[in-house]
Amino acid sequence: MNIVELQQAEKHYQSVQALKSVDLSLQQGEVLGLFGHNGAGKTTIIKLVLGLIKPTSGQVRVFGEDPAGDNSYHLRRQLGFLQENVSFYQQMTGHEVLAYFAKLKGCDKKHVKDLLEEVGLAHAAMRRVKTYSKGMRQRLGLAQALLGQPKLLLLDEPTVGLDPIATQDFYQGIAKLKAQGSTIILCSHVLAGVEKYIDRALILGQGHILAEGSLSTLSEQTKLPVTFQLQGANLQLPSDLQASSSVTDHGVQVQVSQQQKMAALQQLVALPSLENIDIHMPSLEDIYTHYMNELQHREPPQ
Amino acid sequence: MNAILTVANKEFHDGLRNRWVMSISLIFALLATGLAYFGAAASGQAGFTNLSTTLVSLASLAVFVIPLIALMLAYDGVVGEDESGTLLLLMTYPLSRWQLVLGKMMGHWMIMAFSTIIGFGLSAIIMGVFSDTTTWSELIMPYAFFITFATLLGWIFIAIATMISASVAEKSKAAGLALIVWFVFVFMFDLSLLGLLVGTEGNVNAELFPYLLLLNPTDIFRLIIISFFADQQLTGLMAVAQHAQFSMFSLISSMLAWFVALVLGAIALFNKRKL
Repeated sequence: MNIVELQQAEKHYQSVQALKSVDLSLQQGEVLGLFGHNGAGKTTIIKLVLGLIKPTSGQVRVFGEDPAGDNSYHLRRQLGFLQENVSFYQQMTGHEVLAYFAKLKGCDKKHVKDLLEEVGLAHAAMRRVKTYSKGMRQRLGLAQALLGQPKLLLLDEPTVGLDPIATQDFYQGIAKLKAQGSTIILCSHVLAGVEKYIDRALILGQGHILAEGSLSTLSEQTKLPVTFQLQGANLQLPSDLQASSSVTDHGVQVQVSQQQKMAALQQLVALPSLENIDIHMPSLEDIYTHYMNELQHREPPQ
Repeated sequence: MNAILTVANKEFHDGLRNRWVMSISLIFALLATGLAYFGAAASGQAGFTNLSTTLVSLASLAVFVIPLIALMLAYDGVVGEDESGTLLLLMTYPLSRWQLVLGKMMGHWMIMAFSTIIGFGLSAIIMGVFSDTTTWSELIMPYAFFITFATLLGWIFIAIATMISASVAEKSKAAGLALIVWFVFVFMFDLSLLGLLVGTEGNVNAELFPYLLLLNPTDIFRLIIISFFADQQLTGLMAVAQHAQFSMFSLISSMLAWFVALVLGAIALFNKRKL
């Protein structure tokens, strides 16, 4: 059974078509990255999955049921959600906030303390949320999303406001949850660092799915080149690579297709005067930029 | 039911935390005690005087203060959560919309009831201790009656405030609307009725006209309190009620009807709210 399934789901608001015929299915234990510009439809997909809104047409199924239907009540116990920019109740302490949400979700009060410990807020548990930094609020939000060990987690911009170490901790937490069998949908603007932790990426643009698949599939689809950055004195490139090379401030740059990577690499390493070589594979950021550029060429902004 | 109580409990504790309960209790206690002591100052004497006069005057003061406090207490209940983002989050919890909004109202009702009992109760105790003319047994029933209906009046306006809160998108709009509602129920309505009376030189349907008073919960509240003290004269606009001879039962029923209708209205409006 698919944990999440969208079939030709569309959502229109009065004059705006927020989502146009989206198909999506997510199996247990998968981590899906949801990327796109502002207003691309990421939040709409999340709201549909959460059952906060109903699709204008098409179907949404979560654990095989309609998330906005009559049975959604039980479904919601298995969902965890962290939204963008949640500020919580300023006058309450972190512990009180989490205890309140735990009670609403019907889970044990003992977990509250453990969770605060897990997200590194144990020392600030008795302080008012008003005094929390943005990163601490975000971590409180994450603890909230993890209440009751949800089987499906939806995280909207989870690493906003987190410092690099905390971001890394966060992604390691994601890997742990995945190992425990949780299914995760991750929405993010910050692309660097996400790659390692997602199984699949879904790139949205103006309500359409622009691309979907694992990172290797996507980078093959985009046909983005592999870039070598070479340093050394008097580098004599083999004749077949000369055409695709250029000189930059940092040395000589060679770009080849992904299929040619190994062959080119062997040739380059064999160069006698080579001192250093940097290999840059197409990253999620490159892939994302590629699709966004394509979108702009296809539909010039009005 | 559990979820409703959880929400209500949180709201009540918020009320304790941000000193709402204390402030409201204090205002009520000062108002009631002050009025009891200085109520007869106009006739040249200070000190505790007639209990029924005191409570009837207190009722005409309470219709200004209680709706104002109730509206201020609850106008941001829904829209405030929406602005801080927690409303969206709460709706992803195993919690129905009606449960959330009812829980919110219940929490505010608890704050209102608690403060009314403490505030007016305190003034009753002060009066009991310091007044030579009233005995404890004379005091308890009238005060209990007054507190009950003052609380109900507060609850009604909390439901109105929640309706406002559930139907607007910004806190500032809710505040503005709450102010208008207060102005309409507390000033405009009675003034309009008086205007109507004066403008037609009293030439109104004497059978029907008194029923217009039932369109305003603050007027019903005043009628209930006046009717309770049989020795009190219906004065001012309340005098028009003489023609209708409302029974206590019909007055209380119409107040309860207001309450139920407004609570259902608040739930319905919140159900329609877009996230």
